[in-house]
Amino acid sequence: MISYTLEDIKYLKEKANNIRKDIIQMIYKANAGHPGGSLSAADIVTALYFHVMQIDPQNPNWEARDRFILSKGHACPVWYAALAEKGYFDMVHLNTLRKFHSILQGHPDMQKTTGIDMTSGSLGNGLSVGIGMALAAKRNRLNYCVYVLLGDGEIQEGIVWEAAMSAAHYRLDNLIAIVDYNGLQVDGWTKEVMDIHPVVEKWEAFGWNTIEIDGHNMIEILDAFQKAHKIKGPVVIVAHTVKGKGVSFMENVAVWHGLAPNDDQVKQALAELEKEAE
Amino acid sequence: MLEQIATRRAFGEELVRLGKEREDFVVMDADIAKSCSTDLFHKAFPERSYNFGIAEQNFMAIAAGYATTGTQVFAATYGVFASMRACEQIRTFICYPKLNVRIIASHGGLQVGADGATHQAIEDIGIMRSIPNVAIVHPADGTSARLAARAVVDYEGPVYIRLLRNPSPVIFDQNYKFEIGKAVALKHNGNDLTIIGTGAMVYKTLDAAERLKAEGINVKVLEMHTIKPIDQEAIIKAAQETGGIVTVEDHNIFGGLGSAVSEVLSENYPTIVKRVAIPDMFGESGDSELLYEHYGMSVKDIVNAAKEVLKKKSK
Repeated sequence: MISYTLEDIKYLKEKANNIRKDIIQMIYKANAGHPGGSLSAADIVTALYFHVMQIDPQNPNWEARDRFILSKGHACPVWYAALAEKGYFDMVHLNTLRKFHSILQGHPDMQKTTGIDMTSGSLGNGLSVGIGMALAAKRNRLNYCVYVLLGDGEIQEGIVWEAAMSAAHYRLDNLIAIVDYNGLQVDGWTKEVMDIHPVVEKWEAFGWNTIEIDGHNMIEILDAFQKAHKIKGPVVIVAHTVKGKGVSFMENVAVWHGLAPNDDQVKQALAELEKEAE
Repeated sequence: MLEQIATRRAFGEELVRLGKEREDFVVMDADIAKSCSTDLFHKAFPERSYNFGIAEQNFMAIAAGYATTGTQVFAATYGVFASMRACEQIRTFICYPKLNVRIIASHGGLQVGADGATHQAIEDIGIMRSIPNVAIVHPADGTSARLAARAVVDYEGPVYIRLLRNPSPVIFDQNYKFEIGKAVALKHNGNDLTIIGTGAMVYKTLDAAERLKAEGINVKVLEMHTIKPIDQEAIIKAAQETGGIVTVEDHNIFGGLGSAVSEVLSENYPTIVKRVAIPDMFGESGDSELLYEHYGMSVKDIVNAAKEVLKKKSK
Protein backbone atom coordinates (compact mmCIF):
# COMPACT_ATOMS: atom_id res chain seq x y z
CA MET A 1 0.00 0.00 0.00
CA ILE A 2 1.54 3.27 -1.10
CA SER A 3 0.63 6.45 0.71
CA TYR A 4 2.34 9.79 0.40
CA THR A 5 2.37 13.30 1.77
CA LEU A 6 2.94 16.56 -0.03
CA GLU A 7 6.39 16.56 1.51
CA ASP A 8 7.10 13.21 -0.16
CA ILE A 9 6.09 14.75 -3.47
CA LYS A 10 8.42 17.70 -2.92
CA TYR A 11 11.26 15.34 -2.02
CA LEU A 12 10.65 13.16 -5.07
CA LYS A 13 10.58 16.17 -7.40
CA GLU A 14 13.91 17.34 -5.99
CA LYS A 15 15.33 13.86 -6.34
CA ALA A 16 14.16 13.61 -9.94
CA ASN A 17 15.78 16.96 -10.66
CA ASN A 18 19.08 15.74 -9.16
CA ILE A 19 18.86 12.58 -11.22
CA ARG A 20 18.32 14.65 -14.38
CA LYS A 21 21.44 16.65 -13.58
CA ASP A 22 23.37 13.42 -12.97
CA ILE A 23 22.18 12.13 -16.35
CA ILE A 24 23.34 15.23 -18.21
CA GLN A 25 26.72 15.27 -16.46
CA MET A 26 27.47 11.60 -16.91
CA ILE A 27 26.58 11.59 -20.60
CA TYR A 28 28.62 14.76 -21.08
CA LYS A 29 31.64 13.15 -19.41
CA ALA A 30 31.20 9.94 -21.38
CA ASN A 31 30.72 12.00 -24.53
CA ALA A 32 28.17 9.38 -25.52
CA GLY A 33 24.91 7.91 -24.30
CA HIS A 34 21.17 8.38 -24.47
CA PRO A 35 19.85 11.49 -22.75
CA GLY A 36 16.39 11.73 -24.35
CA GLY A 37 14.90 8.49 -23.05
CA SER A 38 16.75 8.81 -19.73
CA LEU A 39 15.16 12.19 -19.07
CA SER A 40 11.68 11.05 -20.12
CA ALA A 41 11.84 8.19 -17.60
CA ALA A 42 13.42 10.17 -14.76
CA ASP A 43 10.23 10.87 -12.78
CA ILE A 44 8.98 7.28 -13.00
CA VAL A 45 12.33 5.77 -12.01
CA THR A 46 12.66 8.26 -9.14
CA ALA A 47 9.20 7.37 -7.84
CA LEU A 48 10.04 3.66 -7.96
CA TYR A 49 13.45 3.87 -6.29
CA PHE A 50 12.65 6.55 -3.72
CA HIS A 51 9.10 5.71 -2.74
CA VAL A 52 7.46 2.66 -4.28
CA MET A 53 9.90 -0.25 -4.32
CA GLN A 54 10.71 -2.44 -1.32
CA ILE A 55 14.48 -2.54 -1.62
CA ASP A 56 17.59 -2.35 0.53
CA PRO A 57 20.76 -0.89 -0.99
CA GLN A 58 22.74 -2.48 1.85
CA ASN A 59 21.43 -5.88 0.81
CA PRO A 60 21.13 -5.65 -2.97
CA ASN A 61 20.58 -9.40 -3.41
CA TRP A 62 17.84 -9.61 -0.80
CA GLU A 63 15.68 -12.48 -1.99
CA ALA A 64 12.36 -10.74 -1.37
CA ARG A 65 13.30 -7.37 -2.89
CA ASP A 66 11.14 -5.79 -5.54
CA ARG A 67 12.74 -6.08 -8.97
CA PHE A 68 13.21 -3.40 -11.60
CA ILE A 69 13.99 -4.17 -15.22
CA LEU A 70 14.92 -1.41 -17.61
CA SER A 71 13.80 -3.09 -20.80
CA LYS A 72 14.81 0.03 -22.73
CA GLY A 73 18.37 -0.57 -21.58
CA HIS A 74 19.90 2.37 -23.45
CA ALA A 75 18.27 4.69 -20.90
CA CYS A 76 20.57 3.25 -18.22
CA PRO A 77 21.96 6.66 -17.19
CA VAL A 78 18.67 7.23 -15.36
CA TRP A 79 19.00 3.85 -13.65
CA TYR A 80 22.66 4.38 -12.73
CA ALA A 81 21.88 7.82 -11.33
CA ALA A 82 19.00 6.45 -9.24
CA LEU A 83 21.13 3.57 -7.93
CA ALA A 84 24.01 5.90 -7.03
CA GLU A 85 21.67 8.44 -5.39
CA LYS A 86 20.10 5.56 -3.46
CA GLY A 87 23.50 4.38 -2.25
CA TYR A 88 24.02 1.16 -4.19
CA PHE A 89 27.47 2.41 -5.21
CA ASP A 90 29.52 5.57 -4.90
CA MET A 91 28.50 8.60 -6.96
CA VAL A 92 32.03 8.84 -8.39
CA HIS A 93 31.27 5.86 -10.62
CA LEU A 94 28.87 8.07 -12.58
CA ASN A 95 31.97 9.79 -13.99
CA THR A 96 33.07 6.50 -15.54
CA LEU A 97 29.98 5.76 -17.63
CA ARG A 98 30.91 3.84 -20.81
CA LYS A 99 34.61 3.95 -19.99
CA PHE A 100 36.90 0.90 -20.29
CA HIS A 101 36.67 -1.25 -17.13
CA SER A 102 33.83 0.83 -15.71
CA ILE A 103 31.14 -0.85 -13.62
CA LEU A 104 28.73 1.27 -15.67
CA GLN A 105 28.51 -0.28 -19.12
CA GLY A 106 26.84 1.38 -22.09
CA HIS A 107 23.89 -0.91 -21.41
CA PRO A 108 22.98 -2.51 -18.06
CA ASP A 109 25.07 -5.50 -16.99
CA MET A 110 23.93 -7.40 -13.89
CA GLN A 111 27.36 -8.97 -13.49
CA LYS A 112 29.15 -5.64 -13.26
CA THR A 113 26.78 -3.26 -11.48
CA THR A 114 25.40 -3.67 -7.96
CA GLY A 115 21.65 -3.19 -7.93
CA ILE A 116 21.05 -4.15 -11.55
CA ASP A 117 18.55 -7.01 -11.40
CA MET A 118 18.91 -7.99 -15.04
CA THR A 119 21.11 -7.30 -18.02
CA SER A 120 19.34 -5.47 -20.85
CA GLY A 121 20.00 -3.50 -23.99
CA SER A 122 18.58 -5.50 -26.81
CA LEU A 123 15.03 -4.19 -26.96
CA GLY A 124 11.83 -6.09 -26.31
CA ASN A 125 13.08 -8.69 -23.86
CA GLY A 126 12.53 -7.11 -20.45
CA LEU A 127 8.87 -8.00 -20.08
CA SER A 128 9.59 -11.69 -20.65
CA VAL A 129 12.42 -11.54 -18.12
CA GLY A 130 10.02 -9.90 -15.66
CA ILE A 131 7.52 -12.71 -16.16
CA GLY A 132 10.25 -15.19 -15.22
CA MET A 133 10.94 -13.28 -11.99
CA ALA A 134 7.22 -12.92 -11.22
CA LEU A 135 6.59 -16.65 -11.72
CA ALA A 136 9.55 -17.48 -9.48
CA ALA A 137 8.06 -15.25 -6.76
CA LYS A 138 4.84 -17.26 -6.89
CA ARG A 139 6.61 -20.59 -6.63
CA ASN A 140 8.91 -19.41 -3.83
CA ARG A 141 6.02 -17.73 -1.99
CA LEU A 142 7.69 -14.34 -1.98
CA ASN A 143 5.68 -11.15 -2.11
CA TYR A 144 7.89 -9.06 -4.29
CA CYS A 145 6.64 -7.07 -7.26
CA VAL A 146 8.42 -6.84 -10.62
CA TYR A 147 8.47 -3.49 -12.41
CA VAL A 148 9.38 -3.40 -16.10
CA LEU A 149 9.96 -0.11 -17.87
CA LEU A 150 9.52 -0.24 -21.64
CA GLY A 151 9.99 2.36 -24.30
CA ASP A 152 7.10 3.10 -26.63
CA GLY A 153 9.21 2.44 -29.72
CA GLU A 154 10.27 -0.81 -28.07
CA ILE A 155 6.75 -2.23 -28.20
CA GLN A 156 7.23 -2.54 -31.95
CA GLU A 157 9.18 -5.70 -31.05
CA GLY A 158 7.03 -8.83 -31.48
CA ILE A 159 8.37 -10.55 -28.35
CA VAL A 160 6.70 -7.84 -26.24
CA TRP A 161 3.33 -9.18 -27.33
CA GLU A 162 4.36 -12.79 -26.77
CA ALA A 163 5.19 -11.70 -23.23
CA ALA A 164 1.97 -9.71 -22.87
CA MET A 165 -0.01 -12.83 -23.77
CA SER A 166 1.93 -14.95 -21.24
CA ALA A 167 1.54 -12.53 -18.31
CA ALA A 168 -2.22 -12.46 -18.79
CA HIS A 169 -2.33 -16.25 -19.21
CA TYR A 170 -0.58 -16.75 -15.88
CA ARG A 171 -2.69 -13.94 -14.31
CA LEU A 172 0.38 -12.33 -12.82
CA ASP A 173 -0.63 -9.77 -10.23
CA ASN A 174 2.97 -9.12 -9.17
CA LEU A 175 4.07 -7.67 -12.49
CA ILE A 176 3.67 -4.02 -13.46
CA ALA A 177 4.77 -2.75 -16.86
CA ILE A 178 5.29 0.93 -17.52
CA VAL A 179 5.42 2.27 -21.06
CA ASP A 180 7.48 5.44 -21.29
CA TYR A 181 5.36 6.87 -24.09
CA ASN A 182 7.50 9.74 -25.35
CA GLY A 183 6.49 9.29 -28.98
CA LEU A 184 10.00 9.28 -30.44
CA GLN A 185 12.47 6.67 -31.58
CA VAL A 186 15.87 6.88 -33.31
CA ASP A 187 14.48 7.59 -36.77
CA GLY A 188 11.79 10.05 -35.67
CA TRP A 189 8.21 10.04 -34.39
CA THR A 190 6.91 6.52 -33.71
CA LYS A 191 3.72 7.40 -35.54
CA GLU A 192 5.79 8.04 -38.67
CA VAL A 193 8.36 5.24 -38.31
CA MET A 194 5.92 2.48 -37.29
CA ASP A 195 2.68 3.54 -35.72
CA ILE A 196 2.01 1.84 -32.38
CA HIS A 197 -1.40 3.45 -31.91
CA PRO A 198 -3.69 2.52 -30.17
CA VAL A 199 -1.40 1.60 -27.27
CA VAL A 200 -3.90 1.27 -24.43
CA GLU A 201 -6.32 -0.79 -26.48
CA LYS A 202 -3.54 -3.15 -27.57
CA TRP A 203 -2.68 -4.01 -23.97
CA GLU A 204 -6.34 -4.36 -23.08
CA ALA A 205 -6.84 -6.74 -25.98
CA PHE A 206 -4.01 -8.85 -24.57
CA GLY A 207 -5.81 -9.12 -21.22
CA TRP A 208 -4.02 -6.39 -19.30
CA ASN A 209 -5.41 -3.75 -16.97
CA THR A 210 -4.37 -0.30 -18.08
CA ILE A 211 -3.78 3.02 -16.34
CA GLU A 212 -3.00 6.12 -18.37
CA ILE A 213 -1.09 8.98 -16.76
CA ASP A 214 1.11 12.00 -17.28
CA GLY A 215 4.51 10.43 -16.67
CA HIS A 216 5.96 13.67 -15.34
CA ASN A 217 3.28 14.33 -12.72
CA MET A 218 4.58 12.79 -9.48
CA ILE A 219 1.14 12.59 -7.88
CA GLU A 220 -0.28 10.78 -10.91
CA ILE A 221 2.69 8.42 -10.92
CA LEU A 222 2.27 7.46 -7.26
CA ASP A 223 -1.50 7.17 -7.61
CA ALA A 224 -1.00 4.85 -10.58
CA PHE A 225 1.27 2.52 -8.62
CA GLN A 226 -1.13 2.61 -5.70
CA LYS A 227 -3.99 1.64 -7.97
CA ALA A 228 -1.92 -0.98 -9.82
CA HIS A 229 -1.06 -2.79 -6.58
CA LYS A 230 -4.75 -3.31 -5.85
CA ILE A 231 -5.57 -4.83 -9.23
CA LYS A 232 -5.53 -8.60 -9.69
CA GLY A 233 -3.73 -9.47 -12.89
CA PRO A 234 -1.05 -7.72 -14.89
CA VAL A 235 -1.19 -3.94 -15.09
CA VAL A 236 0.42 -1.62 -17.57
CA ILE A 237 0.85 2.05 -16.82
CA VAL A 238 0.92 3.98 -20.06
CA ALA A 239 2.85 7.09 -19.09
CA HIS A 240 2.72 10.01 -21.48
CA THR A 241 6.12 11.63 -21.37
CA VAL A 242 8.33 14.07 -23.21
CA LYS A 243 11.60 12.81 -24.61
CA GLY A 244 14.41 14.97 -23.22
CA LYS A 245 12.10 16.32 -20.48
CA GLY A 246 13.63 19.18 -18.45
CA VAL A 247 16.15 20.40 -21.02
CA SER A 248 14.43 22.74 -23.47
CA PHE A 249 16.58 22.06 -26.52
CA MET A 250 16.38 18.28 -26.02
CA GLU A 251 12.62 18.10 -25.60
CA ASN A 252 10.84 16.31 -28.44
CA VAL A 253 13.92 16.30 -30.66
CA ALA A 254 14.75 12.82 -31.95
CA VAL A 255 18.47 13.42 -32.37
CA TRP A 256 18.83 13.64 -28.57
CA HIS A 257 17.93 9.96 -28.40
CA GLY A 258 21.62 9.15 -28.53
CA LEU A 259 23.75 12.29 -28.47
CA ALA A 260 25.99 13.82 -25.81
CA PRO A 261 25.80 17.56 -25.12
CA ASN A 262 28.84 19.73 -25.95
CA ASP A 263 30.44 22.26 -23.54
CA ASP A 264 27.91 25.02 -24.18
CA GLN A 265 24.95 22.68 -24.23
CA VAL A 266 25.85 21.05 -20.92
CA LYS A 267 26.07 24.48 -19.27
CA GLN A 268 22.69 25.48 -20.61
CA ALA A 269 21.10 22.13 -19.66
CA LEU A 270 22.39 22.25 -16.09
CA ALA A 271 21.37 25.91 -15.74
CA GLU A 272 17.84 25.08 -16.86
CA LEU A 273 17.61 22.17 -14.43
CA GLU A 274 19.03 24.34 -11.63
CA LYS A 275 16.38 26.96 -12.36
CA GLU A 276 13.70 24.29 -12.36
CA ALA A 277 14.90 23.14 -8.93
CA GLU A 278 14.40 26.61 -7.51
CA MET B 1 20.09 -56.81 -29.95
CA LEU B 2 20.79 -53.83 -27.74
CA GLU B 3 17.97 -51.97 -25.95
CA GLN B 4 16.89 -48.89 -27.90
CA ILE B 5 15.86 -45.50 -26.53
CA ALA B 6 15.99 -41.95 -27.87
CA THR B 7 18.27 -39.62 -25.93
CA ARG B 8 15.38 -37.12 -25.59
CA ARG B 9 13.32 -39.80 -23.87
CA ALA B 10 16.12 -40.93 -21.55
CA PHE B 11 16.86 -37.33 -20.60
CA GLY B 12 13.18 -36.61 -19.95
CA GLU B 13 12.86 -39.69 -17.73
CA GLU B 14 15.94 -38.73 -15.77
CA LEU B 15 14.58 -35.22 -15.19
CA VAL B 16 11.59 -36.78 -13.44
CA ARG B 17 13.92 -38.80 -11.19
CA LEU B 18 15.95 -35.69 -10.46
CA GLY B 19 12.75 -33.79 -9.71
CA LYS B 20 12.03 -36.22 -6.90
CA GLU B 21 15.52 -35.76 -5.49
CA ARG B 22 15.84 -32.00 -5.63
CA GLU B 23 13.70 -28.89 -5.62
CA ASP B 24 16.08 -26.44 -7.24
CA PHE B 25 14.89 -26.55 -10.83
CA VAL B 26 11.81 -26.05 -12.98
CA VAL B 27 10.99 -27.02 -16.56
CA MET B 28 9.73 -24.70 -19.29
CA ASP B 29 8.40 -25.50 -22.73
CA ALA B 30 7.21 -23.74 -25.84
CA ASP B 31 4.35 -26.05 -26.83
CA ILE B 32 6.30 -29.13 -27.87
CA ALA B 33 6.78 -30.72 -24.45
CA LYS B 34 5.46 -34.01 -25.82
CA SER B 35 8.08 -34.03 -28.57
CA CYS B 36 10.87 -33.07 -26.17
CA SER B 37 9.81 -35.71 -23.59
CA THR B 38 9.53 -32.97 -20.97
CA ASP B 39 5.81 -33.78 -20.80
CA LEU B 40 6.89 -36.52 -18.37
CA PHE B 41 8.06 -33.82 -15.96
CA HIS B 42 4.93 -31.74 -16.54
CA LYS B 43 2.81 -34.72 -15.49
CA ALA B 44 4.92 -35.51 -12.44
CA PHE B 45 5.45 -31.93 -11.26
CA PRO B 46 2.75 -29.64 -12.66
CA GLU B 47 3.59 -26.91 -10.13
CA ARG B 48 7.18 -26.84 -11.38
CA SER B 49 6.35 -26.85 -15.09
CA TYR B 50 5.41 -24.03 -17.40
CA ASN B 51 4.27 -23.91 -20.99
CA PHE B 52 4.43 -20.66 -22.94
CA GLY B 53 3.07 -21.81 -26.25
CA ILE B 54 4.64 -21.21 -29.63
CA ALA B 55 6.82 -18.27 -28.65
CA GLU B 56 10.44 -19.39 -28.32
CA GLN B 57 12.02 -15.97 -27.84
CA ASN B 58 9.62 -15.17 -25.03
CA PHE B 59 10.04 -18.50 -23.27
CA MET B 60 13.82 -18.31 -23.40
CA ALA B 61 13.87 -14.79 -21.92
CA ILE B 62 11.39 -15.92 -19.24
CA ALA B 63 13.77 -18.77 -18.41
CA ALA B 64 16.55 -16.19 -18.03
CA GLY B 65 14.50 -14.01 -15.70
CA TYR B 66 13.47 -17.01 -13.62
CA ALA B 67 17.07 -18.17 -13.32
CA THR B 68 18.14 -14.80 -11.86
CA THR B 69 16.21 -15.76 -8.73
CA GLY B 70 18.46 -18.76 -8.03
CA THR B 71 16.26 -21.56 -9.35
CA GLN B 72 17.70 -23.26 -12.40
CA VAL B 73 15.55 -23.73 -15.48
CA PHE B 74 15.42 -26.49 -18.09
CA ALA B 75 14.02 -24.87 -21.23
CA ALA B 76 13.05 -27.35 -23.93
CA THR B 77 12.36 -26.93 -27.63
CA TYR B 78 13.81 -28.20 -30.89
CA GLY B 79 17.45 -27.39 -31.55
CA VAL B 80 16.53 -25.53 -34.69
CA PHE B 81 14.32 -23.10 -32.73
CA ALA B 82 16.52 -22.82 -29.65
CA SER B 83 19.65 -22.03 -31.60
CA MET B 84 18.08 -19.70 -34.15
CA ARG B 85 14.65 -18.38 -33.15
CA ALA B 86 15.78 -17.81 -29.56
CA CYS B 87 19.46 -17.30 -30.34
CA GLU B 88 19.66 -13.73 -29.08
CA GLN B 89 17.80 -14.50 -25.88
CA ILE B 90 20.29 -17.31 -25.23
CA ARG B 91 23.24 -15.08 -26.06
CA THR B 92 22.38 -11.80 -24.39
CA PHE B 93 20.12 -12.82 -21.52
CA ILE B 94 21.46 -16.27 -20.58
CA CYS B 95 25.08 -16.58 -21.66
CA TYR B 96 26.20 -12.98 -21.11
CA PRO B 97 24.92 -12.90 -17.50
CA LYS B 98 25.98 -16.58 -17.01
CA LEU B 99 22.60 -17.78 -15.81
CA ASN B 100 21.80 -21.38 -14.96
CA VAL B 101 19.49 -22.13 -17.85
CA ARG B 102 19.78 -25.61 -19.33
CA ILE B 103 18.60 -25.53 -22.92
CA ILE B 104 17.16 -28.86 -23.97
CA ALA B 105 17.58 -28.88 -27.74
CA SER B 106 15.80 -31.90 -29.12
CA HIS B 107 15.76 -33.16 -32.70
CA GLY B 108 19.41 -32.35 -33.37
CA GLY B 109 20.71 -33.07 -36.86
CA LEU B 110 18.85 -34.90 -39.63
CA GLN B 111 16.61 -37.05 -37.41
CA VAL B 112 13.33 -35.18 -37.53
CA GLY B 113 10.88 -37.85 -38.58
CA ALA B 114 10.95 -36.79 -42.21
CA ASP B 115 9.93 -33.22 -41.34
CA GLY B 116 12.66 -32.02 -43.67
CA ALA B 117 15.13 -29.15 -43.74
CA THR B 118 13.08 -26.57 -41.82
CA HIS B 119 13.22 -28.70 -38.67
CA GLN B 120 16.74 -30.10 -39.00
CA ALA B 121 19.19 -28.39 -36.66
CA ILE B 122 22.39 -28.74 -38.65
CA GLU B 123 23.99 -25.44 -37.60
CA ASP B 124 23.17 -25.35 -33.90
CA ILE B 125 26.51 -26.52 -32.53
CA GLY B 126 28.35 -24.00 -34.68
CA ILE B 127 26.07 -21.21 -33.50
CA MET B 128 26.38 -22.17 -29.85
CA ARG B 129 30.14 -22.67 -30.04
CA SER B 130 30.59 -19.06 -31.05
CA ILE B 131 28.75 -17.76 -27.97
CA PRO B 132 30.89 -17.32 -24.84
CA ASN B 133 30.04 -18.96 -21.48
CA VAL B 134 27.85 -21.82 -22.72
CA ALA B 135 28.73 -25.51 -22.49
CA ILE B 136 27.51 -27.80 -25.27
CA VAL B 137 26.78 -31.45 -24.55
CA HIS B 138 25.56 -34.06 -27.01
CA PRO B 139 25.04 -37.51 -25.43
CA ALA B 140 25.49 -40.61 -27.57
CA ASP B 141 22.91 -42.95 -26.03
CA GLY B 142 20.35 -43.36 -23.29
CA THR B 143 22.95 -43.96 -20.59
CA SER B 144 24.94 -40.93 -21.64
CA ALA B 145 21.77 -38.79 -21.74
CA ARG B 146 20.72 -39.84 -18.23
CA LEU B 147 24.14 -39.08 -16.80
CA ALA B 148 24.24 -35.80 -18.73
CA ALA B 149 21.06 -34.71 -16.94
CA ARG B 150 22.73 -35.47 -13.62
CA ALA B 151 25.91 -33.64 -14.58
CA VAL B 152 24.06 -30.60 -15.86
CA VAL B 153 22.10 -29.88 -12.65
CA ASP B 154 25.37 -29.43 -10.81
CA TYR B 155 27.03 -27.34 -13.52
CA GLU B 156 27.55 -23.63 -12.93
CA GLY B 157 26.51 -21.65 -16.02
CA PRO B 158 24.41 -22.14 -19.15
CA VAL B 159 24.36 -25.49 -20.96
CA TYR B 160 23.06 -26.42 -24.41
CA ILE B 161 22.02 -30.08 -24.42
CA ARG B 162 21.59 -31.51 -27.89
CA LEU B 163 19.26 -34.49 -27.93
CA LEU B 164 17.98 -36.80 -30.62
CA ARG B 165 14.57 -37.83 -31.80
CA ASN B 166 15.14 -41.39 -32.92
CA PRO B 167 15.64 -44.36 -30.63
CA SER B 168 19.20 -45.63 -30.83
CA PRO B 169 21.02 -48.57 -29.23
CA VAL B 170 22.14 -48.21 -25.63
CA ILE B 171 25.88 -48.74 -25.98
CA PHE B 172 27.10 -47.74 -22.51
CA ASP B 173 26.65 -49.71 -19.30
CA GLN B 174 26.96 -48.94 -15.60
CA ASN B 175 30.72 -48.45 -15.90
CA TYR B 176 30.23 -45.40 -18.11
CA LYS B 177 31.24 -42.06 -16.57
CA PHE B 178 29.99 -38.68 -17.76
CA GLU B 179 31.95 -35.61 -16.83
CA ILE B 180 31.28 -32.36 -18.70
CA GLY B 181 34.38 -31.52 -20.74
CA LYS B 182 35.89 -35.03 -20.65
CA ALA B 183 36.02 -37.30 -23.71
CA VAL B 184 35.23 -40.97 -23.17
CA ALA B 185 37.66 -43.57 -24.52
CA LEU B 186 35.73 -46.57 -25.85
CA LYS B 187 36.84 -50.19 -25.98
CA HIS B 188 38.70 -49.86 -29.23
CA ASN B 189 42.21 -48.77 -28.44
CA GLY B 190 44.22 -49.30 -31.60
CA ASN B 191 46.97 -47.01 -32.78
CA ASP B 192 46.38 -46.77 -36.53
CA LEU B 193 44.11 -43.73 -36.22
CA THR B 194 41.42 -42.22 -33.99
CA ILE B 195 37.74 -41.85 -34.77
CA ILE B 196 36.01 -39.20 -32.66
CA GLY B 197 32.23 -39.35 -32.70
CA THR B 198 29.42 -37.45 -31.05
CA GLY B 199 25.72 -38.09 -30.56
CA ALA B 200 24.03 -41.00 -32.29
CA MET B 201 26.94 -41.18 -34.73
CA VAL B 202 29.01 -42.83 -32.00
CA TYR B 203 27.12 -46.06 -32.62
CA LYS B 204 28.02 -45.92 -36.31
CA THR B 205 31.58 -45.16 -35.33
CA LEU B 206 31.76 -48.34 -33.28
CA ASP B 207 30.35 -50.28 -36.21
CA ALA B 208 32.97 -48.78 -38.49
CA ALA B 209 35.70 -49.66 -35.97
CA GLU B 210 34.61 -53.31 -36.07
CA ARG B 211 34.66 -53.38 -39.86
CA LEU B 212 38.09 -51.77 -39.96
CA LYS B 213 39.34 -54.28 -37.43
CA ALA B 214 38.17 -57.10 -39.68
CA GLU B 215 40.38 -55.56 -42.36
CA GLY B 216 43.34 -55.37 -40.01
CA ILE B 217 43.05 -51.66 -39.19
CA ASN B 218 42.99 -50.98 -35.47
CA VAL B 219 41.50 -47.66 -34.46
CA LYS B 220 40.96 -45.78 -31.27
CA VAL B 221 37.41 -44.49 -30.64
CA LEU B 222 36.51 -41.47 -28.54
CA GLU B 223 33.03 -40.30 -27.60
CA MET B 224 33.08 -36.50 -27.50
CA HIS B 225 29.86 -35.76 -25.62
CA THR B 226 31.02 -32.26 -24.73
CA ILE B 227 31.73 -30.11 -27.76
CA LYS B 228 32.46 -27.09 -25.60
CA PRO B 229 34.59 -26.86 -23.55
CA ILE B 230 36.26 -29.46 -25.78
CA ASP B 231 38.65 -31.96 -24.23
CA GLN B 232 41.86 -30.64 -25.78
CA GLU B 233 44.06 -33.00 -23.84
CA ALA B 234 42.28 -36.12 -25.12
CA ILE B 235 42.36 -34.85 -28.72
CA ILE B 236 46.06 -34.02 -28.64
CA LYS B 237 46.89 -37.32 -26.96
CA ALA B 238 44.92 -39.25 -29.58
CA ALA B 239 46.73 -37.38 -32.34
CA GLN B 240 50.10 -38.09 -30.77
CA GLU B 241 49.31 -41.78 -30.36
CA THR B 242 47.68 -42.41 -33.73
CA GLY B 243 48.71 -39.61 -36.08
CA GLY B 244 45.36 -39.38 -37.88
CA ILE B 245 41.83 -38.39 -36.96
CA VAL B 246 38.33 -38.90 -38.34
CA THR B 247 35.47 -36.93 -36.80
CA VAL B 248 31.87 -38.08 -37.13
CA GLU B 249 28.81 -35.97 -36.40
CA ASP B 250 25.27 -35.29 -37.53
CA HIS B 251 25.82 -31.57 -38.13
CA ASN B 252 26.96 -29.36 -40.95
CA ILE B 253 30.64 -29.79 -41.75
CA PHE B 254 31.34 -26.24 -40.58
CA GLY B 255 31.27 -25.23 -36.96
CA GLY B 256 30.69 -28.56 -35.24
CA LEU B 257 32.84 -31.31 -33.77
CA GLY B 258 35.11 -31.56 -36.83
CA SER B 259 35.85 -27.85 -36.68
CA ALA B 260 36.48 -27.93 -32.94
CA VAL B 261 38.89 -30.87 -33.24
CA SER B 262 40.69 -29.30 -36.21
CA GLU B 263 41.14 -26.03 -34.31
CA VAL B 264 42.71 -27.82 -31.37
CA LEU B 265 45.06 -29.85 -33.55
CA SER B 266 46.13 -27.10 -35.93
CA GLU B 267 47.27 -24.99 -32.98
CA ASN B 268 48.82 -27.77 -30.92
CA TYR B 269 49.71 -30.84 -32.94
CA PRO B 270 49.03 -30.55 -36.68
CA THR B 271 47.51 -33.84 -37.73
CA ILE B 272 45.52 -35.01 -40.72
CA VAL B 273 41.78 -34.77 -39.95
CA LYS B 274 38.92 -36.03 -42.10
CA ARG B 275 35.44 -34.81 -41.17
CA VAL B 276 32.40 -36.98 -41.71
CA ALA B 277 29.46 -34.57 -41.52
CA ILE B 278 26.72 -32.98 -43.61
CA PRO B 279 28.57 -31.60 -46.66
CA ASP B 280 27.36 -27.99 -46.30
CA MET B 281 23.92 -28.67 -47.72
CA PHE B 282 20.39 -28.37 -46.37
CA GLY B 283 18.71 -31.65 -45.56
CA GLU B 284 15.44 -32.99 -46.88
CA SER B 285 12.60 -35.28 -45.92
CA GLY B 286 13.12 -39.00 -45.72
CA ASP B 287 14.23 -41.73 -43.35
CA SER B 288 17.31 -40.53 -41.50
CA GLU B 289 19.30 -43.65 -42.35
CA LEU B 290 18.72 -42.96 -46.04
CA LEU B 291 19.77 -39.35 -45.48
CA TYR B 292 22.96 -40.44 -43.74
CA GLU B 293 23.80 -42.58 -46.75
CA HIS B 294 22.92 -39.79 -49.15
CA TYR B 295 25.11 -37.22 -47.39
CA GLY B 296 28.09 -39.54 -46.95
CA MET B 297 27.63 -40.24 -43.25
CA SER B 298 27.01 -43.99 -43.22
CA VAL B 299 29.23 -46.63 -41.63
CA LYS B 300 30.72 -47.30 -45.05
CA ASP B 301 31.63 -43.61 -45.38
CA ILE B 302 33.32 -43.62 -41.95
CA VAL B 303 35.33 -46.68 -43.00
CA ASN B 304 36.36 -44.96 -46.23
CA ALA B 305 37.28 -41.78 -44.38
CA ALA B 306 39.49 -43.81 -42.06
CA LYS B 307 41.25 -45.43 -45.02
CA GLU B 308 41.76 -42.06 -46.64
CA VAL B 309 43.35 -40.72 -43.47
CA LEU B 310 45.62 -43.77 -43.27
CA LYS B 311 46.73 -43.18 -46.84
CA LYS B 312 47.49 -39.50 -46.26
CA LYS B 313 49.16 -40.29 -42.96
CA SER B 314 51.64 -42.67 -44.57
CA LYS B 315 52.78 -40.16 -47.20
